[in-house]
Amino acid sequence: MVDVVDLALRTGCVFVAFLVLPLVVGQTEHKVMAHMQSRLGPMYAGGFHGWAQLVADGVKFAQKEDVVPANADRRVFQLAPVLALVPYLVALVAIPLAPGLVGVDLETGLFFVIAVMGVGVLGSLMGGWASANKYSLLGAFRAAGQLLAYELPFVLAAASVAMAAGTLSLSGIVEAWRPWWLLWQLPGLFVFFVAGLAELHRPPFDMPVADAEIIFGPYTEYTGIRFALFLLAEYAGIVVLSALTTVLFLGGWRGPFDEWLGWLWTLLKVFAVAFVVIWVRVTFPRFRADQLQRLAWQLLVPVALVQLALTGVVAVAL
Amino acid sequence: MSVKELPGKGLARGLKVTFENLTRRAVTAQYPDVKPELPPRSRGVIALLEENCTVCMLCARECPCWCIYIDSHKETVPPSTPGGRERSHNVLDRFAIDFSLCMYCGICVEVCPFDALFWSPEFEYAATDIRDLTHEKDRLREWMWTVPPPPADDERAEPPKELAAAERAAARTSARSTRPDGVDRSEDVESPRES
Repeated sequence: MVDVVDLALRTGCVFVAFLVLPLVVGQTEHKVMAHMQSRLGPMYAGGFHGWAQLVADGVKFAQKEDVVPANADRRVFQLAPVLALVPYLVALVAIPLAPGLVGVDLETGLFFVIAVMGVGVLGSLMGGWASANKYSLLGAFRAAGQLLAYELPFVLAAASVAMAAGTLSLSGIVEAWRPWWLLWQLPGLFVFFVAGLAELHRPPFDMPVADAEIIFGPYTEYTGIRFALFLLAEYAGIVVLSALTTVLFLGGWRGPFDEWLGWLWTLLKVFAVAFVVIWVRVTFPRFRADQLQRLAWQLLVPVALVQLALTGVVAVAL
Repeated sequence: MSVKELPGKGLARGLKVTFENLTRRAVTAQYPDVKPELPPRSRGVIALLEENCTVCMLCARECPCWCIYIDSHKETVPPSTPGGRERSHNVLDRFAIDFSLCMYCGICVEVCPFDALFWSPEFEYAATDIRDLTHEKDRLREWMWTVPPPPADDERAEPPKELAAAERAAARTSARSTRPDGVDRSEDVESPRES
């Protein structure tokens, strides 16, 4: 009985975090991006500096008509947004906030999280294919091509950390983490972060959804609540990527007074990484398809391999 | 891109630019909540000081858009002294400016010899019906309350022509009145006039 209550409580907390954190990140993006462009961003919704803007957006999306194109593959079309969103919820379950504060502490947490994150792209692919729209299809193919290129350095960088810690458990990795790993795993951190951005289709890696050329790619035909789910998936993706970067490379809950304030350290680091995600988005223009592939294969994969070798050598020498 | 530059230096510079922007105040004008600070002599709306208008029609004639409508009639005033002559004067019946036609050139304000037209900085008189943009004389008279006093001259601006002429004349007067022969010649000083 206690187990059931415990499980329900943990799942509930993860669910609440899954609903709240992406909104906080989204609002932060609104405001930070605005100020980086010398604007103010939302100022009216909710009264104080537009804090309720995303709630208002959600209400608006929910009210809109849910259109499915006549030629679309109905079931697949309707299922795609769910499939884009759910993997991030599942991934969040395995990410530890503090010692013991985790949805499910898996022995192979890293493997699980990366496997689940790879499913997310299926949502874009399904949406693009089922929309019966050439732009959507183009976008979906771009998404697939991008994922193929960036999944490899992503996994290699994560593997380097797992090798250094000698465990696949996310909690175990944080336990084994030492501050000097920041330097040791720096190239891995860089590769992991950049490849993660590319997997999320965040600018400057937003070729698959490039709204100026293929009109939001796979999401062209989506309206209302289903489009909102795709958007939510993007921000949930930012949260998961930031949390993973924190746990793998930045030492998770480790910091002064981490017996009591561990959760705070994790959250602070997650938001710091999310800030960088937004910062990069504001600063850099979109990559072209060939530039994307060149960056992945000619820079990230070699750096990740070198990092892997470095990790191996240092780990053996220790 | 030069070869000598460190790879990624340009990217770092870009990040620096956006971050510096974040630390500065936004330039957004919160318009409906905060009124804008308009520069002096802003051209918002044209106000009419009806009392000064003599129906000389100069403004209506000079207006490039033909947006000023003036109607008037003559009235005669009985002679003030017995046996005197009746005086006639113009009475303004209608003075309207159609702001949907007006191009805010300000020629009417410039050309008015009796200081009956003024610029007011008020600009919030948008209307949902285009006919409401034709302001009749009572509305134009109301705008007079919003006309600000003329702004002070710039510190380094030349003094106004009238002032300069008066000072020149005064200097001449004082120079003559202090002549050694002691004769007061001040009565034949010319009236200050521009050359």
